Amino acid sequence: MTPKKWGLSTSVDAAPGRSPRQAIPFLLPALLVLAALVLYPLVFSLIRSFFDATGDEFVGVRNYVDTFTDPRTLTAFRNNVIWVVVAPAAVTGLGLIFAVLTERIRWATAFRLVLFMPMAISLFASGIIFRLVYEEAPNQGVVNAVLVGVHDMFSPSSQYPGARPREGYTATEAGFAANKPVRAGDTVMLPLIGFNPQQVPAQALPASTPQAGDGELRGLVWLDVSAGGDAGKVDVIERGLPGIAVEAVRDGQVVARTTTGDDGRFTFPDLAVGEVTVRLPRSNFELPFRGQTWLGPGLITPVIISSWIWIMTGFAITFIAAGLSAIPRDALEAARVDGATEWQVFRRVTIPLLSPVLLVVFVTLVINVLKIFELVFVIAPGSVQSEANVLALQMWQVSFGTGGDQGAGSALAVILFLLVAPAMLFNIRRFRRERS
Amino acid sequence: MRKQWIALLALATSGLAACTGGAGGTSATENLTGQTVEVVGPWTGDEQKNFEKVLQEFKTRTGAEVKYTPAGDELPTVLQTRISGGTPPNVALIAQPGLVAQFAKAGAVKPVNADVEKAVTDHNAAVWKQFASVDGKLYGFTFKTANKSAFWYSEKAFQQVGATPPATWDDLIKTSKAISETGLAAVSVGGADGWTLTDWFENVYLRTAGPENYDKLAKHEIPWTDPTVRKALEELAKLWGDPTLIAGGALQTEFPKSVINVFGEQSSAAMVFEADFVASVITTNTKAKVGQDAKFFPFPSVAGSKDAVVAGGDMAVQFKDDKATTELMKFLASPDSGKIWAELGGFLSPNKDIPESSYPDDVTQDLAKRIVDAGDNVRFDMSDLAPAAFGGTKGAGEWKDLQDFLADPKNVDPIMQRLEANAAKAYGK
Repeated sequence: MTPKKWGLSTSVDAAPGRSPRQAIPFLLPALLVLAALVLYPLVFSLIRSFFDATGDEFVGVRNYVDTFTDPRTLTAFRNNVIWVVVAPAAVTGLGLIFAVLTERIRWATAFRLVLFMPMAISLFASGIIFRLVYEEAPNQGVVNAVLVGVHDMFSPSSQYPGARPREGYTATEAGFAANKPVRAGDTVMLPLIGFNPQQVPAQALPASTPQAGDGELRGLVWLDVSAGGDAGKVDVIERGLPGIAVEAVRDGQVVARTTTGDDGRFTFPDLAVGEVTVRLPRSNFELPFRGQTWLGPGLITPVIISSWIWIMTGFAITFIAAGLSAIPRDALEAARVDGATEWQVFRRVTIPLLSPVLLVVFVTLVINVLKIFELVFVIAPGSVQSEANVLALQMWQVSFGTGGDQGAGSALAVILFLLVAPAMLFNIRRFRRERS
Repeated sequence: MRKQWIALLALATSGLAACTGGAGGTSATENLTGQTVEVVGPWTGDEQKNFEKVLQEFKTRTGAEVKYTPAGDELPTVLQTRISGGTPPNVALIAQPGLVAQFAKAGAVKPVNADVEKAVTDHNAAVWKQFASVDGKLYGFTFKTANKSAFWYSEKAFQQVGATPPATWDDLIKTSKAISETGLAAVSVGGADGWTLTDWFENVYLRTAGPENYDKLAKHEIPWTDPTVRKALEELAKLWGDPTLIAGGALQTEFPKSVINVFGEQSSAAMVFEADFVASVITTNTKAKVGQDAKFFPFPSVAGSKDAVVAGGDMAVQFKDDKATTELMKFLASPDSGKIWAELGGFLSPNKDIPESSYPDDVTQDLAKRIVDAGDNVRFDMSDLAPAAFGGTKGAGEWKDLQDFLADPKNVDPIMQRLEANAAKAYGK
């Protein structure tokens, strides 16, 4: 196309696009589609929100009143607020940090590509991934696997986790203490249960009742678990438990300490006259560290937010990096020449110049967060879904999940729209200002 | 006006059917060549293939074309859309009796004709007819059922303590305690899914309160604060309330995982309670063999209760009443159709005339026999009978309340009040 021709075409209509009459036929197809797909559903939802579940009876604002008095919706509101306060700011901040840092390294594009990859996975699939990541069983959930690994490196688990005396002992802070005191010359029988016989150490020998001599206290700790065995009696195939710490306690003070042998026997050789209480310290039976219950009611919202951050950071990086590359280099250079430190350059030059981009990213993320749905739906187990609830999920459940009250669902949709609208308007205004 | 017209039509057709009934019995191989029948059902994958074999037999017998449309979990939505669009299928298989009742009241489903009704009466215990009846009219029958009263146990774990399948609830607690002495939890509960917990409650309630109260509670004629509900919850608490008996993290355990907890490589429990379909979870997810490593015993009797089964099931109903549709309903109600699927496995039927030997293995035979033997003591899954807002919503209603109860089984009274408040709201609408 030559400039001459271009000039010719403009001379036909001095001000193209200024005549509404000419514009209408061109706009009509788009307007029709918009009206059918956007305007009609919008207006219909609004009208529908004033009708009951069947859609026959006008109920005024009752759906709205119900919505604001339903504890489930209120939890959803609260969670949405947490989301809006925490998530977009965190993602924008992380995006900024990564964008600035990756600008300075050689493989910047490759690095950004890796960080952007989660965006390429559907939210639903990401949800399933994080559901597994935060799984409670350490052999399945990677977070707990790491926690348990680190924990066990510093404090290894006990030898007989979960085992407990059959009866006659009380669990205290320090361990299982006998209910009845004993004295020198007595024999203490200590049947334990709650442990798998197949996990007893290989060196364990068959259990047998010891005889205490004068001035000493003897006892037997054995696993009182066998098919057809008698409770509290030493049966033929039952074995003693080696390596169990046993304490003799008098007036709250530990007076003697020993460990059981391979046959499960223990001896306190020279106990002075008087009564003592036999105690099995907790350390014998400490349950193995199993990590955190990430998907329980307490941590569920932070957990879901963390996965959203993982997904959306790539989005923020891409936009902010694009913004960064558009910053005039000479402004930065000038600051450096004037003796500004890198931190000062970042604080006083880069961020102010980037702020329009940061704002757009932030507002876009706020809109995105307000309508978050899939992650909550997938990650939260059914038992904590009401604790993790957000508005979009509540809207879906009310409309389609629970016998389908689309009146109340429409009310929620309208409320959600009203919440998103300010952020939308803000973005639209910005775009318009930038263009003019 | 419309209703009257439908009623008239129903009357006319049933009258007509009654006239031709005698002839219909003898001419089982009606020639329907050139006609097409469409069936909508929930089954996909292997179940779809097996059901299509059943339909194939119908085609061979009558010459009618049968088209099966799998709708999966979205079946209620699919049906509702098609009905409002004016193109319902000929026959649908619906798992929610509430939905059948809703369609019946709207006049969308047609009452079955006399031949089908006779087949249903002949081949099933009387209670099954009630499940599919609305206002005294029979609208269908349960074609495929689920036996939701089974405890599945690991043979290995039971052998370790020399335990035998307990017959009473107290024995179950005793066995559970013995198992917990070996360091293994007794029962794995899939508490992250609310429906498993409703099945627990229903089984205990059916036994402690009896079938009459069960029916009343299902219709919300007695409140959830009733003493019978307290009794059932207290029985449940005997098991759920002892942390050494229940595998840890129950509220984060989904149903398939609760099965793997028992039969997987690293087992953490000895028993899991749920329906017959546990068997297929075992086969697909673990190396355990059903019938050898994995066995089941029926839900034990509580306080001397009689044998009772909580069942779920897919009901065949018809949206049209032309000849081909009726013939298909007749076929599905007969033992011939169920027998085909029974032999293929993964199928239970309330139809007492399907020979026991049709089921492929001992476990399935036993499961099927218990449903038939329980006779009129079978009850339909209560949470499926309740409005979905109460009995079928993740994180709400009965599901959530029972999850809260599992979290704190001492808390009987507040839970009952919450159940009642939620039920009142859901049933009131």
